[in-house]
Amino acid sequence: MIHLPSYASTGERIWFYSFKVICGLIFFFLIAPIVIIIPLSFNAQDFFTFTKEMLAFDPAGYSLKHYRDFFTNSDWTSAIYNSVRIAPMATILSVGLGTLAAIGLSQPHVPFKRLITAILISPMIVPLVISAAGMYFFFSRIGLQGTYWGVVLAHAVLGIPFVIITVTATLVGFDKSLTRAAANLGANPIVTFWRVQMPLILPGVISGGLFAFITSFDEVVVVLFVGSSAQKTLPWQMFTGLREQISPTILAVATVLVALSILLLTVVELLRRRTERIRGVSPG
Amino acid sequence: MNESDANAIPLAADGRPLEQSLQRALRRQKLRALMLIAPLLAFVMLTFIAPIADMLYRSVDNRIVSETLPRTVAALSSWDEAQAELPDRDVFDALYFDLFFAAEYKIHTRLGSRLNYQQTGVSSLFRKTGRRVDRFDTDEITEQFIALNPQWENPEFWVSLSRDKQFAQQLPTTASVWQDWLKLLAHDEKSVAEEQPEDLLYYALYLDLSQIEAGQQSPGFDWWAGTTAAVKNFTPVDMVAQFEKTDEDWLSMDVWGVLKRFSPTVTEGYFLNALDMQKTAEGIQSQPESLQIYKILFVRTMVMSLVIMGSCILLAYPVAYLLSNLPMRKANLILILVLLPFWTSLLVRTSAWKVLLQQQGVINDLLVWIGLVDDANRLVMMNNQFGTIIAMTHILLPFMILPMYSVMRTIPPSYVRAAKSLGATNWTAFWRVYFPQSVPGIGAGSILVFIMSIGYYITPAIVGGTQGIFISNRIAYHISSSLNWGLASALGAILLILVLVLYWLYDKYVGIDNLKLG
Repeated sequence: MIHLPSYASTGERIWFYSFKVICGLIFFFLIAPIVIIIPLSFNAQDFFTFTKEMLAFDPAGYSLKHYRDFFTNSDWTSAIYNSVRIAPMATILSVGLGTLAAIGLSQPHVPFKRLITAILISPMIVPLVISAAGMYFFFSRIGLQGTYWGVVLAHAVLGIPFVIITVTATLVGFDKSLTRAAANLGANPIVTFWRVQMPLILPGVISGGLFAFITSFDEVVVVLFVGSSAQKTLPWQMFTGLREQISPTILAVATVLVALSILLLTVVELLRRRTERIRGVSPG
Repeated sequence: MNESDANAIPLAADGRPLEQSLQRALRRQKLRALMLIAPLLAFVMLTFIAPIADMLYRSVDNRIVSETLPRTVAALSSWDEAQAELPDRDVFDALYFDLFFAAEYKIHTRLGSRLNYQQTGVSSLFRKTGRRVDRFDTDEITEQFIALNPQWENPEFWVSLSRDKQFAQQLPTTASVWQDWLKLLAHDEKSVAEEQPEDLLYYALYLDLSQIEAGQQSPGFDWWAGTTAAVKNFTPVDMVAQFEKTDEDWLSMDVWGVLKRFSPTVTEGYFLNALDMQKTAEGIQSQPESLQIYKILFVRTMVMSLVIMGSCILLAYPVAYLLSNLPMRKANLILILVLLPFWTSLLVRTSAWKVLLQQQGVINDLLVWIGLVDDANRLVMMNNQFGTIIAMTHILLPFMILPMYSVMRTIPPSYVRAAKSLGATNWTAFWRVYFPQSVPGIGAGSILVFIMSIGYYITPAIVGGTQGIFISNRIAYHISSSLNWGLASALGAILLILVLVLYWLYDKYVGIDNLKLG
């Protein structure tokens, strides 16, 4: 199907090309909505569509005013500040606890392994509204509702499944004889962990961390309930903007976030390839 | 090796029996694994499982009625709604005491709103009665006591009376009201010796004393004989009439029926409401048609999730097929087109759709420009089900493509070639040989997409309008706007059960360990 043989019939040729066109359209559907907001964010007018000047590539039709608004308006800057304060802390918590647990889970004999895995993965499966409702009720009881730490803890637990999944995947290919060799050469378990095991599973830990980071950085449902206006994060501000009066600044924010996700995607891809190379599985 | 050596128990290097030594090592290994997991497990238990348990508890928790109106609930226990008679006077007396304290603590409105979920009008009834309960005509009783003996006016006299061993035994109602009175004063940081006793204390005393038989032995109070005799001739206060004067609804069977039905500490009421049913005097019944919204909402959530899942399958299959048949290097490159949306913020994608689908948005502009749509009647693609479906299909598509791709990658191309060389047409080779092998990928992706989509909140809230919202949006509404947390919890519990069943299926057929990211 992918290579059209020279003896293909007309029907096969038509099908071959229409298949390619269909796939192209689907890729267009996937990418276009994200790409189209980038030029729109430079609109000099407060419109959500291309103006005549923009279509004529007239420089007057373009401006950076929405970006200026994003970086100067106090609503947005305090949202950036909150996001930057919450996400890294939540990431550190998820990565620290998650990596330890993933190492524990990949030991050969773990009692109740299935149950424990199910519990640790559940924050990813349970709908966010339910987690948010439960955390809102419970955190109000223990005085964490509306506090910085309440949001951090909630985000950390949401990021944990991603850390567990990625680190466990890295550990599957981990050669146990390396730790045994280290122990044999006189290293104690802590030295073995930091000098032998950690460098090898580091790509998995980092990509798990990136997943945890993006989970917290993107999260809006839980922070809406668990946080108070003092913890208003970037997605929260976007959500409010989208629900109430939608301002074109949102397009500038979206463009910045797309750039961030491209950056994260690149890092994760590079790490994944590195892991595959180390394991001897070439990516092609 | 001789005979006896072969029968001897094998020993480890330290001289212990080998089996024992191995078991010890195994135990230590298990313990070490658990120690590594324990911190995270404790963390997840505290910050995730406990909140979920709290929510589940709230979906049946109904302590508010018996905590706010303890005496009324106890007095109502012998009343039977089916007899179609109002409760006895002692129930109204109990309600008087309970409501007095509830109004002092200002918790009667909370109970009113709680019961209003079951019976409209109760909330205003409680608010109104709470305002007036301390102005009931029970002051007539107070005056008659003081006229009989001025010492009743003195708080010190009450304090000394309450210290008497006979007090609680002889005057049980007064004693229990007195206890609550002390608590109230402590709560308001007032001194009992300085506060004028409220009318309800005199009323409680009156109730107690009027029940004393004439010949009953005196407990040793010097005022006992005279007062018990005098109380018989007091002008009584008709408590039922007092309530009736405040609001006629107190003589309504509906109000008392709701109080009776919702007096237990645990209720299935919220779950019934979440399923469009209610507890009535005649047992569990469906809500009137006009109030049935949750079943429709659940069905709509499921149907729309199925549609989204279906469109994801349709769009993902060709893409996954193409990717799995390309050389690895090229496939990885094209895969970036799938991974970029996957990594892009959900809100960015939702805002993109909001911008695109607007009536003055890019898609409508384009259609007008082509001439497909007239400028005057641009398409309405947002704030309806179409908006939700198209935006969510876009958002969830990577979650379908990735599992499908990883399954299709493992299907050897030689099978299809073999089928063709045996005479199968292209279609037969695909449908009979390739497609069945790709079904596990479809299954894995479908369950994943379905699980994610039935719990969606953000996208329906932004592009869904009123027709495109999901059950999650209703849950959020009950938590933050209507404050009916019990109903929100019950709806959440039902959704949770649905998701857990799907999760279990996913784990059984796909295995949660096989979940891959990126």
